Amino acid sequence: MKRALLKGILFGLSAAIRVTTARSPAFRKQLRERNLVAQIRLKDGSIGRHYCLRGGKVSSAAGLHPAPDVTIAFHDVATALDFMKPPVDQAKIVHAAKHFKVTVQGPDKLVVWFMQLLNRLQTATLQMGTPQRDGTVRYTTNTNGGPLFVYVKDGRIVRTTPIDLDRDDAASWTIHARGRSFTPRRAATISPHALALRSMVYSENRLLYPMKRVDFDPNGERNPQNRGKSGYVRISWDEALDIVSSEIKRMKREHGPGAVAIYHSSHHQWGNVGYYLSALQRFGNLIGYTRVHLNPDSWEGWYWGAQHHYGNSMRLGTPGGYGLVEDCLKECEQIVFWSSDPETTSGCYAGSEGTERRLWAKELGIEFIHIDPHYNPTAQLLGGRWIPLRPGSDSALAQAIMYVWVTEGLYDRDYVATKTTGFEEWRAYLLGESDGVAKTPEWQEAETGVPAKDVRALARLWASRKTYLAAGGAGQGLGGAGRNPTGTQWARSMILLMAMQGWGKPGVNFGNLQLSTPLDMTFYFPGYAEGGISGDLYWTASAISNYNRMPHVLSMNPVKQMIPRQKLADAIIEGRSTGYYWDGVSLEAQFVPFEYPLPGHSRVHMLYRYGASSFGTMANSQRMVEAYRHPSLEFVVNQSIWHEGETQFADVILPACTMLERYDIGEWSGAGAYGHHIQQQLNHRMIVMQHKCIEPLGESKSDYQIFLDILERLGLGAVFSEGCSELDWCKRVFDSSDLPRYVSWQAFLRKGYFVVPAPSEAQREPAYFRWFAEDRHKDAPEPLPLPSQYADTFGKGLQTPSGKIEFVSQTLQRACADNPERPALNRYIPSPEGPADGERFARYPLQLLSSHPRYSFHTYSDGKGSFINDLSAHRILKDGYYYWPLRISPQDAAVRGIAQHDLVRVFNERGAVLCAAEITPLIAPGVLKAFESSAVYDPIPDRHGGMIDRGGCVNLLTSPRPIVKGSSGMASSNCLVEIEKWRETAACPV
Amino acid sequence: MKKWNLIVDVERCHNCGNCVLANQDEHVDNDFPGYAAPQPKQGGAWIRIESVARGTPPMVDAAHLPTMCNHCDNAPCIAAGRGAVKKRPDGIVIVDPVLAKGRKDLLAVCPYGAMHWNEELGLPQIWIFDAHLLDHGWHEPRCSQVCPTGALQAVKVSDEVMQERFKCEGLDVLQEELNTRPRVYYRNLYRYRQCFIGGSAVYGEGAGRDCVPDAEVTLSRNGKIVQQTGTDGFGDFKFDRLPGNSGRYRIEIRHPRFGQAALEADLSDSLYLGAIRLQAPSGDPRNLFHSSKLEPQYE
Repeated sequence: MKRALLKGILFGLSAAIRVTTARSPAFRKQLRERNLVAQIRLKDGSIGRHYCLRGGKVSSAAGLHPAPDVTIAFHDVATALDFMKPPVDQAKIVHAAKHFKVTVQGPDKLVVWFMQLLNRLQTATLQMGTPQRDGTVRYTTNTNGGPLFVYVKDGRIVRTTPIDLDRDDAASWTIHARGRSFTPRRAATISPHALALRSMVYSENRLLYPMKRVDFDPNGERNPQNRGKSGYVRISWDEALDIVSSEIKRMKREHGPGAVAIYHSSHHQWGNVGYYLSALQRFGNLIGYTRVHLNPDSWEGWYWGAQHHYGNSMRLGTPGGYGLVEDCLKECEQIVFWSSDPETTSGCYAGSEGTERRLWAKELGIEFIHIDPHYNPTAQLLGGRWIPLRPGSDSALAQAIMYVWVTEGLYDRDYVATKTTGFEEWRAYLLGESDGVAKTPEWQEAETGVPAKDVRALARLWASRKTYLAAGGAGQGLGGAGRNPTGTQWARSMILLMAMQGWGKPGVNFGNLQLSTPLDMTFYFPGYAEGGISGDLYWTASAISNYNRMPHVLSMNPVKQMIPRQKLADAIIEGRSTGYYWDGVSLEAQFVPFEYPLPGHSRVHMLYRYGASSFGTMANSQRMVEAYRHPSLEFVVNQSIWHEGETQFADVILPACTMLERYDIGEWSGAGAYGHHIQQQLNHRMIVMQHKCIEPLGESKSDYQIFLDILERLGLGAVFSEGCSELDWCKRVFDSSDLPRYVSWQAFLRKGYFVVPAPSEAQREPAYFRWFAEDRHKDAPEPLPLPSQYADTFGKGLQTPSGKIEFVSQTLQRACADNPERPALNRYIPSPEGPADGERFARYPLQLLSSHPRYSFHTYSDGKGSFINDLSAHRILKDGYYYWPLRISPQDAAVRGIAQHDLVRVFNERGAVLCAAEITPLIAPGVLKAFESSAVYDPIPDRHGGMIDRGGCVNLLTSPRPIVKGSSGMASSNCLVEIEKWRETAACPV
Repeated sequence: MKKWNLIVDVERCHNCGNCVLANQDEHVDNDFPGYAAPQPKQGGAWIRIESVARGTPPMVDAAHLPTMCNHCDNAPCIAAGRGAVKKRPDGIVIVDPVLAKGRKDLLAVCPYGAMHWNEELGLPQIWIFDAHLLDHGWHEPRCSQVCPTGALQAVKVSDEVMQERFKCEGLDVLQEELNTRPRVYYRNLYRYRQCFIGGSAVYGEGAGRDCVPDAEVTLSRNGKIVQQTGTDGFGDFKFDRLPGNSGRYRIEIRHPRFGQAALEADLSDSLYLGAIRLQAPSGDPRNLFHSSKLEPQYE
């Protein structure tokens, strides 16, 4: 019976191909690409059928062909039916593949092509998007700044718009507070960088064909010293892929494990399939590579500091949040924004979703205070008292506030007594009993510049009102002062402040209404950090849920060698480096050093650069120029969408397409892992099909296709792809989620998005940390701490050794009592990029803040002809060139003779950058502010010698010093500089 | 007959730029015959945002003013257009992308600077209220759809209803005195074009120096009280909606326990007076002026 069924299915296959050929032009086109004979058989040959594909037509016959191009052989009938009889169970297929119950023979390229063709039968006739009255088709996509409708006509993108929800979408939640009802607007709000997408797709900087550096000869002179200087010549894809694949093979042969390093950025185009943690990770594992280990670049102070007082390692030391929008609107009387500018960063990924909620708070009369050297856009919108302070001095202010609380009895004594440890030692420090310096408001005034009277007023107001502390951009950590050289002190102070005011009690918590909306977080859709198709169980969060929800073949990198990203240049130039883990599994993981090179491993001789613009984002990035030209780097390949930043240092450039030119799928703000449940920034959970809206421009290809093309030259195409196209992977991601319980694949592809229904009021999560304040079992839906990490009973207490908030950290005491930069007691240590460095401060008396940007997403959507260049708060157009704005106080500008929008040379001993002055009273005197993240690296000769970057990469000036000794933390959001008016005309474009 | 109007709430605009970007997305490289030719990619934006910051640290604020074609009912460009500029029945003004070719003269006619020259096409251009989309069933133009704070609101109502709202909601139009009768209205425009006087009340010396909450503060001019307020938890007070360059004001601060202070100030632009120390009244009225010296809050 089963044998007959299999024969019938094999017979029917050619009919299915014929029908699909008739119905789908795209399928017809694909079929015409190749002529081959494919055979599907049982291993013993007792059943077999072969298919002749020729000239776009198919014929088939029972029996075995003597010389098929491609053969798929099943171990037995049952296995064959697992593959061929719908609906297929992916777990059985993967299991059979892993245990050699199915084998494929033939050239890898043909095998993959044939498998993808068979899969295409399932998708070729599906309708994508929704036709509109004006002749456009409305597709959907997802970005780092919110989902979009994409309107396409005649193969061209006409417009992109935010998605307004319709009547068929799930109802929104309502919060009742203080006699009013609050329901969010029925729309998905978006960030400026999302709205620039069309200009980015059609950017003049798009890489449209593969290129080779003119003086790079893989078989002769390679001229590494000319990287970044020489021009490029167009080459064919075949030549490019041959060079890259043969270099990978040569690295293995001549140098051994570790010779190839993969270097990518922290973010990517959106989508679970094309994400760097997905396709790139799978590719890397299949070639073996030295990992360039990222640092927690937006969490530094929390990860290396704050978590040692209270735990939350899985959130990298930031507080979490559930139910806090409701708690805040109902109970809170005041929000202290401390280095918190959600209107600039919108948490992360969240469009403008939190803005409406903060305006509700304003309507309710909740008071706002803003502690920041800049009267930032959040302060500008909401109003409230501004307390400007000297960058990096935050913890002096925090200690003086706590001093007032101690001396005036304004703290929660019961909470401190029962929920914390080490307070007596901390109290003695505050009062100066242990070091002879009382941390009075007058003491801090010399450090921060904040008048003592204001500190007393702030401390008293804070203690007298139920207060939310908005720490960092998301309110619950992230960004802000946690990225500056005293970032650990700041983040640690935030925890200690809240410990003294009863963190978790009604109206007392972390947040700024950016996170913790009442959404249904039980609905499963994998976050990007779950690794997509990577199959990597170690460096992604795949093992938590994705791997058993979406069966796929696992992959692993056998090379254990790693280089910390902050030390990549040193590793290349000096041949050695030491790093510390970014690993949220425990409080202690970060204490473990890793060395480069590892015994038995090769130094890095080939750099696979993925993306191109970290001059703008990495500390002291000037050094990377030298690294790129180092003779030990025999080969540099760059796979990028745009010609910008670092592509000019590559030997071979591979042009990738944007996500609008390929298929993908993703949840808005769905990060997973360290970003556990951060979809709660949104007003509606939205899972979005990312349609292939247009064909790839020029000869560009999707990242997935480029990896596949390279791997086919290594015979690894079938292993990489599992025979799937990107659309097939999207379906597998869809099937792995809870979506099929609510919507069909077909309907999802047509409409393009799904809104997850909000939970009922009874299903909502209780307010975060209330359980701790009330000494109950933990009731927050977060898988942390790990079961073994509870000091006492599972579910009771925190991750710290004591299970309590520790004013003096035991984990730091145990691990690094001898580290003066990270003492167990959070002593105030003045910033090395401030007045305390007297000699440098005399030469470079201004403190440059380089914060997360508002209009771009890091470098994404900056430069490259993007629409946002025309926003004068983002770039200033002068003499035909878009310059990077530098905010400066009227006083500092006046003494240097600088007028509005004058070009200024910003410099220190590390380099020089050209910016345009934006003179404003909204910045404190002595402070400058620019965004960290210019995508444009455009060095021109500087009359002081060397080069000056007129693109605006201010990170050329920041310190390579780690945030604290014994960490890999980046501390780059603040550095000392001097500025002068730029008088040359050479800044004009040539 | 219902017509289109745009209401801009200056207090709700925080310069996210979405309106500017949406208009670029809609019009750069896109041609809508009969409505508008493409907007230039660089420097020719039809919607712009002007910003102003007031005060000195720590008492500052900022206001952002989105500007665009006002779609005036008594539009100088229509008068000067000789048929190249038309008024639609729904209130929207269209600069005909064919008939207006070469008419650079129209730029000078617009008192708002809202007509922009497209050098490449030799064409004057304006923000067209996205009439091409409204005619295809859209409910609002792109700029208001993307506005996250509701600072831009497109309303289609009769002129009578709009006039009623104009009066009841305290709306303004730009340069009302020109009688161009704009269809773009502004709420809280004072944040952009008027000034404030503020300060901070303190008392005591050294470690006893503190902010004075709950003091009474009066602002008077020519002996007449024009505004009254109280100080907040930081001792701060602020009088807003004052015309720029409006001359000399007198500020008096009184607290039943900590005493009083008075000073006078000339208002040219928004003014933060700094910390003002209160003193117990001594009977000598000259002491009222004792603390008029400005003390910067931040060095």
